[in-house]
Amino acid sequence: MNATSPIIDLREVRYTVGGRVIFDGLDMQILPGQVTAVMGPSGTGKTTLLRLITGQATADAGSIDVGGVAVVGASRSQVYALRQRMGMLFQNGALLTDISVFENVAFPLREHTRLPERLIRQLVLTKLQAVGLRGAAGLMPAELSGGMARRVALARAIVMDPQILLYDEPFVGLDPISMGVILRLIRRFNDALGLTSIVVSHDVHEITAVADRVFLLSGGRVVAQGTPQELHDSPSDIVKQFVGGLADGPVPFHYPAPDYFEELLARDGGRFA
Amino acid sequence: MIRDFLDSLSESIERLGDTVRFLARILAQVPSALLRPQLIFDQIYNAGALSLVIIMLSGLFVGMVLGLQGYDLLQRFGSEDALGTAAAIGLVRELGPVVTALLFAGRAGTALASEIGLMRATDQLSAMEMMAVDPVRRVVVPRFVGGVIAMPLLAAIFSMIGIYGAQLVGVQVMHVDAGSFWSQMQASVELRDVNEGIVKSVVFGIACSLIAVYQGYHSEPTAEGVGTATTRTVVTSAVIVLFLDYLITAFFLK
Repeated sequence: MNATSPIIDLREVRYTVGGRVIFDGLDMQILPGQVTAVMGPSGTGKTTLLRLITGQATADAGSIDVGGVAVVGASRSQVYALRQRMGMLFQNGALLTDISVFENVAFPLREHTRLPERLIRQLVLTKLQAVGLRGAAGLMPAELSGGMARRVALARAIVMDPQILLYDEPFVGLDPISMGVILRLIRRFNDALGLTSIVVSHDVHEITAVADRVFLLSGGRVVAQGTPQELHDSPSDIVKQFVGGLADGPVPFHYPAPDYFEELLARDGGRFA
Repeated sequence: MIRDFLDSLSESIERLGDTVRFLARILAQVPSALLRPQLIFDQIYNAGALSLVIIMLSGLFVGMVLGLQGYDLLQRFGSEDALGTAAAIGLVRELGPVVTALLFAGRAGTALASEIGLMRATDQLSAMEMMAVDPVRRVVVPRFVGGVIAMPLLAAIFSMIGIYGAQLVGVQVMHVDAGSFWSQMQASVELRDVNEGIVKSVVFGIACSLIAVYQGYHSEPTAEGVGTATTRTVVTSAVIVLFLDYLITAFFLK
């Protein structure tokens, strides 16, 4: 694989849930070593995209290739082997609540390796130091703030030295300081550890500050892609609406509904009777 | 109304089939889970040791009631000396396993279901899957095995304390002769009776633990979903335990 061939390659992906089409004809190529942002209005299936890449959900049609492994149609053990090369940061951290911060970070090591205790200790403390929480190693997850929990989860995600790191809405509900910390860590880990990072988010300004490349999803496909600057200068209506945060545009303000006046004046209660 | 009934019947059968498949998946993972005994010990502690107080208290009271009722009934026939036998057989064969199973479902089963359900709701199970750790092997199997081991031990303790409770009321309060209380019990409780109790408590342990982990693992990832899973654990366990109790009793009396 040379430096310019994509490490994650989605082609013509179609995915439906209960008859609702989430993706149709989704094409996306993600280059190694870059921070790629995936943005889009809520409900466009950004999280679902991560589930497809990690094999937690299976596409109905199309191909998904991650690091040379075809995810669609892979066996359970192939998917598990692939996941050992990936780390994922969940929206709320998803730390195991019955064990301490230290044990949470040590968890993948204990499950997958037979390293001596001394080495596990060193690895865990190194990763916790990298996210600035070595001092919190003895705390339980319930004692952490939202931002700290996410940093611990980040330490856990990199403890197995993955090639690919996926972030699912890493900024939701964080104060500006914690948000800045996470942003800095995303960039730093990507460059220092030689990772490929994919950040799903709708915090336009934060994420465009750190991303090398941005994909904008809407209506089940990629509607725009490019560097943050290219997106910022884009003449496309939907890109303008999203980047500018406009309430109405190609993405409508109103959920589809019957005629407003007719519904207000309906005598028998209409749809809600 | 008939259609409603048929619908719910077919849904129940579907769920039963689903549960059996889940059991097969659990059993396939049991050998590899036994390689990590510490995880199972933790769960025996959770399901067993933490249920001890409620099991012992309930056993004592059930035994004491048995002492009173048994004495009242037996003395009408002038055979109050048989109180020891009556209490022991009633407890070992019937009340020990059944009441323990019901308490176990209420104490340990609900704890298991809500714990696993909350892990599902807070993405902890997904996080494990993402770390290439099978949550069934890591979370479900140790809890299931722990429950299956703990339940017969609890039933045995229940029966033992129950017999002490019956003795307390029968011998100490009602003045049944202590010698005949114990010697009649020793003479007429057979191995068959004890076996019946053991079989029941093992079967109930499997049923209650399976229902709890199944409900937790398959709960909707919402606050309401976890609540529903917990309720279902208790209700389903109670009905299934009483139903199985009839089957096993009929089998042993055949």
